[in-house]
Amino acid sequence: MTITEKVLAAHSGKKEVSPGELINAKVDLILANDITAPIAISEFKKIGAKDVFDKNRIAFIPDHFAPQKDIKAAEQCKMLREFSREYNLGLYFEVGRMGIEHALLPEEGLVVPGDLIIGADSHTCTYGALGAFSTGVGSTDVAASMATGECWFKVPESMKFIYYGKLNKWVGGKDLILHTIGDIGVDGALYMTMEFEGEIIGNLPMYGRLTICNMAIEAGGKSGIIVPDKITKSYVKNRAKRPSKFYKSDKDAKYADIRDYDCSKIPLTVSCPHLPSNTRPAAELFEVSIDQVVIGSCTNGRLEDLIEAATVIKGRKVNPNVRMIVIPATQKIYRQAMKKGLLDIFIEAEAVVSTPTCGPCLGGHMGVLAKGERAIATTNRNFVGRMGHPESEVYLSNPAVAAASAVLGRIGTPEELEL
Amino acid sequence: MLIRGRAWRFGNDIDTDVIIPARYLNTSDPHELAKHVMEGVDKDFSSKVRAGDIIVAGKNFGCGSSREHAPIAIKAAGIQAVIAKSFARIFYRNAFNIGLPIFESEEASEKIKEADEVEVDAINGIVKNLTKNEEYKANPIPPFMQELISAGGLVEWTKKRLKAQDTGE
Repeated sequence: MTITEKVLAAHSGKKEVSPGELINAKVDLILANDITAPIAISEFKKIGAKDVFDKNRIAFIPDHFAPQKDIKAAEQCKMLREFSREYNLGLYFEVGRMGIEHALLPEEGLVVPGDLIIGADSHTCTYGALGAFSTGVGSTDVAASMATGECWFKVPESMKFIYYGKLNKWVGGKDLILHTIGDIGVDGALYMTMEFEGEIIGNLPMYGRLTICNMAIEAGGKSGIIVPDKITKSYVKNRAKRPSKFYKSDKDAKYADIRDYDCSKIPLTVSCPHLPSNTRPAAELFEVSIDQVVIGSCTNGRLEDLIEAATVIKGRKVNPNVRMIVIPATQKIYRQAMKKGLLDIFIEAEAVVSTPTCGPCLGGHMGVLAKGERAIATTNRNFVGRMGHPESEVYLSNPAVAAASAVLGRIGTPEELEL
Repeated sequence: MLIRGRAWRFGNDIDTDVIIPARYLNTSDPHELAKHVMEGVDKDFSSKVRAGDIIVAGKNFGCGSSREHAPIAIKAAGIQAVIAKSFARIFYRNAFNIGLPIFESEEASEKIKEADEVEVDAINGIVKNLTKNEEYKANPIPPFMQELISAGGLVEWTKKRLKAQDTGE
């Protein structure tokens, strides 16, 4: 069996499961945010369950339009707050304690290796980086699972992606996953699990692994997963709030497809409008001028991402034609960034630093684009109108490319700044 | 169950951000959402669509976010069914969970044109193009999905299960 099949089997009380099989599995954690929880709450009430299945395994995180951007958003956040009080939920994160869900939960040790996690947010696939099976579902799925502690799944086929060779300078997890999506397309892994491995993954720090698994959904994947190892162990060591279990794929595990990538051939990569699969080498896009740069999101809003951007922008200024918005993904990251002097570097460069929020990634607030405007962002989607007006454009990149572009006023690379 | 209606054509990879842009997600009221359905690809769609119409699209319909607001907006706009070459998996789950009938059919996706009159035989998985007098096969709906549909969606299905557990059945 693959690691994914093992996690699913363990949670459905079976010795073995195989792709295509329909199972009902126990979930370790359920999450929802201020966009998706309101529907989950109203559907949960329709079910008429006496209580939630476990008060300490349901995480409600207002992060998308929080801090509340308008009256309607405030009403939605209020629903989460009131439900959490009514049912005495242990994992409600108020503004001031919250962060972007997929950065916050791993940081807090609330998701651990071997877990089965569902979330009413498509980027729930992020936690595969820890060796968990985690996948995005809808609000009604969350409602049903809040009542029963279970969820139905079709056991997915697995695809394996092997990365070997040597990483080029400034190339990281974001470039690897953008390159892969460019290779297989936005439905290249439809209904499947993407298992990432190889020497490059083995040496990739946790933040890069989280970025890779985060974007499995952009290839249509049900989940992304990396077999846990020493790096995983040291990441969860002082965080894990529950016991973890390290699974690995068997030697004879079956894969629908196996692809390998020589990383020395993977350049700094940018996804052009309007699909994440529309990838080009960053160096070829020097004619693309930009109006805004966003550094943040569940994809690239972690401390190391901010360090990367700060290394590039340090001692330089944001181009006069550009607005640069930096969004640390959690309160803890915000504070660490402050202590390390990163916030000073950004502000000195004339960028703005925001409180944690998903904000502009989905065109919510804190940097929405006007008609005809163009942004380069470390976020995960560049669909039509994703960051604002339907006639605006989003390019996706890693934090170093985004920061270099902020200085240049057009898409560019750190090498152009002699870095 | 027979579903009959006029077809609206859309292309490949129709994502949930164009089905219902996030700027409208500060509410989950179906009627509010319906006013903006498909706005990202066709800003006048909500005023053109009539109750009973059918959406026909290419591959990977509903890709992107998990927002259930997408199938809710489609359903509340009066769309009876969506036919596509393939669906993104969260959209697929959501549609069954909320009771929006969807059908995978490569042939129908390729041959149905805008404004064709279409009839879907949901039980037997047959799509008829009444305008062209053609018939296409749709992938059969998996048994568990049929169980969900006949229960009236996931909420009703879960209600029944909890009740059965309570009474020790």
